[in-house]
Amino acid sequence: MILAKVVGNVVATQKNQRYENARVMLCQQITPEGEETAYTVLALDAVDSGVGDTVLIVQEGWSASTTATGKPQAAIDSAIVGVVDYVDLLKDE
Amino acid sequence: MQLARVIGTVVATVKNEALEGRKLLVVQTLNKDLKPSGKPLVAVDAIGAGVGELVFWCRGKEASFPFKREDTPTDCTIIGIVDSDAHVNNGS
Repeated sequence: MILAKVVGNVVATQKNQRYENARVMLCQQITPEGEETAYTVLALDAVDSGVGDTVLIVQEGWSASTTATGKPQAAIDSAIVGVVDYVDLLKDE
Repeated sequence: MQLARVIGTVVATVKNEALEGRKLLVVQTLNKDLKPSGKPLVAVDAIGAGVGELVFWCRGKEASFPFKREDTPTDCTIIGIVDSDAHVNNGS
């Protein structure tokens, strides 16, 4: 799973039918320290996340599809499976 | 899934049987500001996209799921067309 920040969403009328009734969120991967990286990814929202939230994104098809649509084997490679409250890191000595 | 702009088409006469009749498009992945990011890729089209359109694509094994999933050799498939550039709500 990766850590990411939700920066927005995307509207697509014409899409794979398994995406119906799902929100496609625009996310920017972040480091555990909270800095944004260059990697932008679209993920289906399975937990009602919103813009500004730090989220957990699973990038394995079976899990992503099952959590986001309730059924496996959809063409989905990324799903938001959790909203992160905080990340606790070991302090640099 | 990632955002991308369709920037061209690929014509291949000799190809895997499962790819017969499939449209191959060149896509340039974009970041949240719709600026190019990384190298262009060749994607199989599952939705009816065309050159110039803003799309999103799926990577990996899941890319073959819109087709006959056991047979179709693809790791990059276009699965949605974004309505317009303005329909990417990126906070700006």
